[in-house]
Amino acid sequence: MTDSRESPGTGLGAPLVVLEDVNKHFGDLHVLKDINLTVHEGEVVVVIGPSGSGKSTLCRTINRLESYESGTITIHGDELPSEGKALATLRADVGMVFQSFNLFSHKTILENVTLGPIKVRRKKAAEAKQRAMELLTRVGVEHQAEKYPAQLSGGQQQRVAIARSLAMDPTVMLFDEPTSALDPEMINEVLDVMTSLAKSGMTMIVVTHEMGFARKAADRVVFMSDGAIVEENTPEEFFTNPQSDRAKDFLGKLLTH
Amino acid sequence: MLELIEQFNVLGAFWLNIRLAAVSFVLAMVLGTVIAILRLAPVSVLNWFGATYVTLLRNTPLTLIIVFANLGLWLQLGIEFVPREGNPNFILENNFWLAVLGLTVYHAAFICEAIRSGVNTIPVGQSEAARSIGLGFGQSLREVILPQAFRGGITPIGNVLIALIKNTTVAVAIGNREIAYQMRNMMEFRPDAGILIFLIVAIGFVILTLPVGLGTSWLSSKLAVKR
Ligand SMILES: Nc1ncnc2c1ncn2[C@@H]1O[C@H](COP(=O)(O)OP(=O)(O)OP(=O)(O)O)[C@@H](O)[C@H]1O
Ligand SMILES: [Mg+2]
Repeated sequence: MTDSRESPGTGLGAPLVVLEDVNKHFGDLHVLKDINLTVHEGEVVVVIGPSGSGKSTLCRTINRLESYESGTITIHGDELPSEGKALATLRADVGMVFQSFNLFSHKTILENVTLGPIKVRRKKAAEAKQRAMELLTRVGVEHQAEKYPAQLSGGQQQRVAIARSLAMDPTVMLFDEPTSALDPEMINEVLDVMTSLAKSGMTMIVVTHEMGFARKAADRVVFMSDGAIVEENTPEEFFTNPQSDRAKDFLGKLLTH
Repeated sequence: MLELIEQFNVLGAFWLNIRLAAVSFVLAMVLGTVIAILRLAPVSVLNWFGATYVTLLRNTPLTLIIVFANLGLWLQLGIEFVPREGNPNFILENNFWLAVLGLTVYHAAFICEAIRSGVNTIPVGQSEAARSIGLGFGQSLREVILPQAFRGGITPIGNVLIALIKNTTVAVAIGNREIAYQMRNMMEFRPDAGILIFLIVAIGFVILTLPVGLGTSWLSSKLAVKR
C-alpha cells in the first residue's frame, strides 16, 4: 500500500500490522468481509463506522481475542499463532484498551500495572514498580497508585488501563472506543493522553467517534460498514469530503447529534 | 443432661464429626478447585470431564458413595489407607479414611459449582484484559480469576461446608463411631431420655454450623471485591 497522505508528526515506517483478506462469521453473520488493512510503524489509524459494523471485532481479531476463518494477519511479518504460549507472547506485544477499562478489581492500581511486566516479562518487582510509577505519572494518576480501581473515576481508570498496556512496551496499541463509557467531562483527559501517545510515535489503531481526536492525532481514517472497509482517507479529506454514500450518511448523523 | 453427655462420650463422637468435616473440607476444596479449573479450561475434553464429574457426583446419594467406598474400594479391591499389621484400630482408622474419601468426592462437586458461581461475579472483560497483557491460561487463573472467584464464592462455599458438617453423620453407615452412631446407642440404652438426646445432638450441630454461617457472611463482606 503506497497511498500518499500527509502524516502529522512522525513519518511512517515499515508495515507493522497487515491484514489480508480476513473473513469472520458469527454463525450466519458475516462480520468481517475481506478485510485488507496495513498499519505502518508509527501510524495512527482511526476506525469509524456505524454500530454493529464490526469495529470491535476487527480490533479483537488483531490480538486474537476472536478467531477468524480465512485470510492472514501478520504483526512484524509474523503470522498470529492460534493458541498457546506463542499467542500469549504475541499478545504481550499488542496493547489493548477496552471500552469498559477492565482493570483487575482485586489488585491496586500499581499492581494492575506491574502484573504483566513481572509475570510475563519476568522483570524484577522493584524495576517493574519504578517503571509503573513513571507511567502512572505520565498519565497523571500517580497519586492513586495504592488505591483499588473502584475508588477511581472512569477517566482515571481508563488512564490506568493505558498505563497497564504501556508497561508491556507494546509495538502497537489497540483502543476499542476508549471514551464511550466515560462521562463527558472525563473524555478529554483520556484523549489528551492518547494524543500525546500518538505524538510520541506509538503505532495505534483506535476505534472512536471522537472527530477532534481523529483530526488532531490520526494519520488515516478507516470507515467500516457492514463488516467491510468502505473508505479510507486522511482525516481532513474523510470528514470534509467523504466519497461513499454510506460514509456521507454516517457523518451526517454523527454531526447532527 | 451432662451425665448423659459424659456417659456416652458425646464430645468424643462430635470430635470425630469435626475431624471428618475438617479433613474432607480441605480435600474437597482442592479437588473442587481442580474440577472447576477443568470446567474453565480452553480444552473441550477437559470441560466435558469436569461437567460429567459434577453431574454424576452431585446426583448420586452420599450414602451410596460412602457405602461404595467401603464395599467397592475396600472389600472388593482391597484398597487400604492405613497399615493393618499390628494396628488394633485398623478397621476404625480405615473406615475414617473411606468416609473422608466419600465425603470429599461428593462435596468437591458442590465446591466446584460454588467456585464457578464466584467466577460469574467477575466481568468477562477482566479475563480478556489478562489475556491481552500476555498472561497464559494458568497465570490468568492464578492472578486474576481464582482470587476473585474464591472471594466472590465465599457464601456458597460456606453453604457447602455447613452441608458437609451435617453430612458427616452419613459416615455411620460404614461403621464410624460419630454422633449419629452414638445417638443410636443412647436411644437404645436411655429410651426415656429420647427428646433430650435429640436436643443434645441438634444443639451440637447448631453450635458447629452457626459460626460457619456467621463467619462466612462476615468474611464475604470483608473480602468482597469492590467493582
Ligand atoms: N460474540 C458474538 N457472538 C455473536 N455475534 C456477535 C458477537 N460479537 C459481536 N457480534 C455481532 O457482530 C456484529 C459486529 O459487532 P461489533 O461489536 O464488532 O460491532 P461494532 O462496530 O464494534 O459496534 P459498536 O459500535 O456497537 O461497538 C454485530 O452485529 C454484533 O451483534
Ligand atoms: Mg464496538
